[in-house]
Amino acid sequence: MEDMIFYDRMQFAFTITFHYIFPQLTMGLSLIIVYFKWKYLRSKIEKYNNAAKFFMKIFAINFTMGVVTGIPMEFQFGTNWAKFSELTGGIIGQTLAMEGLFSFFLESSFLALFIFGEKLMGQKLHFLTGILVFLGSWASGYFILATNAWMQHPVGYEILENGKYVLQHFSELFTNPWLLPAFLHNQVASLVTSSFVVASIGAFYILRKKNIEYGTLFLKTGVIFGVTSSILVAFPTGDWNAKNVAKYQPATFAAMEGIFETEHAGSEIVLVGQPNMVEKKLDNKIAVPNILSFLTYQDWDKQILGMDKFKKEELPTNIPALYYAYHIMVGLGTVFIGIMSLAAFFLWRKKIYKIKPLLWTIMFLVPFPYIANITGWYVAELGRQPYLVYKLLRTTEGVSPTVSSGNTLFTLLGFVALYMLLGLLFLVLVGKTIHQGPKHETH
Amino acid sequence: MELFWYIIIASVLIVFFILDGYDFGAGIIHLFFAKEEKDKEVITKSAGLFWDSNEVWLVAAGGMLFMAFPTFYASVFSGFYLPLIIVLWLIVFRAIGLEFRGQFTYQMWKDIWDKSFGISSFLLALFFGIALGNIARGVNLGGVENGTSIYEAHYFFLPLWNSSFSPLSENPGVIDWFTIIIGVIAVITLAMHGANWIILKTNASINQQLKTVIFKLNSILLILTIFSLVVWEIVNPNSLDNFVKKPYLIVFPIIYLTGLFGLFFVKKFKREITSFIFSSMLIFGGISSSLASMFPAILPSTNPINPSLTIYNTATSTYGLSVASYWGIVGIILIIIYLIIQKRLRKGKIDNMDYGH
Repeated sequence: MEDMIFYDRMQFAFTITFHYIFPQLTMGLSLIIVYFKWKYLRSKIEKYNNAAKFFMKIFAINFTMGVVTGIPMEFQFGTNWAKFSELTGGIIGQTLAMEGLFSFFLESSFLALFIFGEKLMGQKLHFLTGILVFLGSWASGYFILATNAWMQHPVGYEILENGKYVLQHFSELFTNPWLLPAFLHNQVASLVTSSFVVASIGAFYILRKKNIEYGTLFLKTGVIFGVTSSILVAFPTGDWNAKNVAKYQPATFAAMEGIFETEHAGSEIVLVGQPNMVEKKLDNKIAVPNILSFLTYQDWDKQILGMDKFKKEELPTNIPALYYAYHIMVGLGTVFIGIMSLAAFFLWRKKIYKIKPLLWTIMFLVPFPYIANITGWYVAELGRQPYLVYKLLRTTEGVSPTVSSGNTLFTLLGFVALYMLLGLLFLVLVGKTIHQGPKHETH
Repeated sequence: MELFWYIIIASVLIVFFILDGYDFGAGIIHLFFAKEEKDKEVITKSAGLFWDSNEVWLVAAGGMLFMAFPTFYASVFSGFYLPLIIVLWLIVFRAIGLEFRGQFTYQMWKDIWDKSFGISSFLLALFFGIALGNIARGVNLGGVENGTSIYEAHYFFLPLWNSSFSPLSENPGVIDWFTIIIGVIAVITLAMHGANWIILKTNASINQQLKTVIFKLNSILLILTIFSLVVWEIVNPNSLDNFVKKPYLIVFPIIYLTGLFGLFFVKKFKREITSFIFSSMLIFGGISSSLASMFPAILPSTNPINPSLTIYNTATSTYGLSVASYWGIVGIILIIIYLIIQKRLRKGKIDNMDYGH
């Protein structure tokens, strides 16, 4: 059975990973664009307006990519995970349909107006459309997270005799204790990506000695947003999520932290080490005693259950992948705080524009927040295994009953080829926009 | 409640086909009739400025279908696996063509994306028609072979075609001679619709020629319509029962026929919008008549063993449907407002517009 669904899982993993490159930038970037536009309205300095319009161009390219790679996500629920859709559509269909109606429409309608309507609408209305784009993209994130929260921690449902899940309490979908921390963590993480992108473009302009005026503005804005969001993504939002995992998915928590054996008292925190699935231990481990118990429960001696306390069928199916994804995310998050704090310090001392090694670092840091965001989602999704809906529906039970794995392999390969083309074009277009710079006027 | 959501989703889907239909159609016209660079550019603009806000209607329809009729969603999407994924690829390809054409100025770059836009628009229109044909013809629900189902009663899987290409065989494929006819009808309808859009929104040099094209295509459509009514009756012998039982449903075919006859006067209209309204009526009437003829079924079964899928046996709970109707109504009102704002702010001919793309 595991082999039968392998390609379905690969296809979903591949398409969602590729898709999420784009929304994680647009959600955060929309906030920064609103900030630039607001600065322009207050100061009337043309530079800020150009900055807002420049980043809206980058936003638009990402948005288009997000749309064309997003439609396959919605379709795949039905094409590859038909049984899952049939059983749970009455519940997660609510939040997914709301996403389409309330946020996607808002974002796409007003994005077009923002790009084409500045002269027509005047500055205040233009600012307002910027805010609406921001609201649309964040609402989108909210509804998707609400959908995912139900799969992680199902609430407000009723199981019918034929095995279908139907909604019993609509409001519980939105008061789900999993939702708010996950949403905030995700949005702040998206702000990390976008502020790093802004700072990176700034550093590039300064090093290139081109558009220096904008380079300094972008670097400054990127670093200020970057240092704030890097801290917020770890504490309180990341911390809050980890506590939720410990509370609602203890088996997942043990696996992602790499606790093979339950300790008698407080649990150590693993900094590095490689899971050895044969001997059920961590190789080459470096760990600090009792810290994990303190971080999770504010109690040095509180016992945390290890993987030995759970049945094999309840443990995540790919423990090393989960463990590494989690440690890469946390490790990168720590590096981000370090580099951005340093950058913020030199920004405050007004020396940053001359420290070349730091500028180079900031410029090349840009892929890493993407990696951190995506590994973060891997933690959520691998951690929920072997379930699609935690403790209720196994992943093996959700797949389409009539689609053969040969068909899925064919379409997976097709998606890989098409998305490679898409990715190439994306890089060319973003590169071209950055090369032209903020002062470039179209038509 | 089932009926309420059925009407809502069908309406959103029809709006999608009217809106995105014109940019599909613009792609088809572009492929066959646009020769000069200036025309090509303005035609891609007439689609390129609008396609993404049109395609959100598809996403909305998909989401609501998922919520209200999950069993139908699961059955149809997995049963039509291959054609649906191919449709997805075409949608991606078309979007790339539209968005990237203007990014570089040399001719070869533009030619590549022009073809990608045109061909994928053409194929998508064909596939949408084929999809409607499949829904009208029905499928072998449960995958019945020699009197026994090999899947659960509401699941099926269709090959792209089988060697007989006949809609009357036990296990028809996605493409057979009946669905091809419906596919061709869709291509012609959307091509006329797109031509009307181009005439309405641009000052392209081919606009006068397009009116002749519409007239000719419409004549072919008239013949195909009569022909398809006959074969429809062969493929699905009960297709007229609903209109006899509920005579008021006849309004949908009347709308279709009004659109069809109206378009013959394409050269006489004083206002360009009139012709566009008639082709919109064609789309609205065509889809709604097909749906009305099957009602309450939404996917007929071609075997006697497993029952057809209807809006009643595929819907979620009444509570789910009614709670969704509250936000659903608010949402629909909002998206109509967005649509009006957008169309108002970007009214007039594209050539005269100050766009900054």
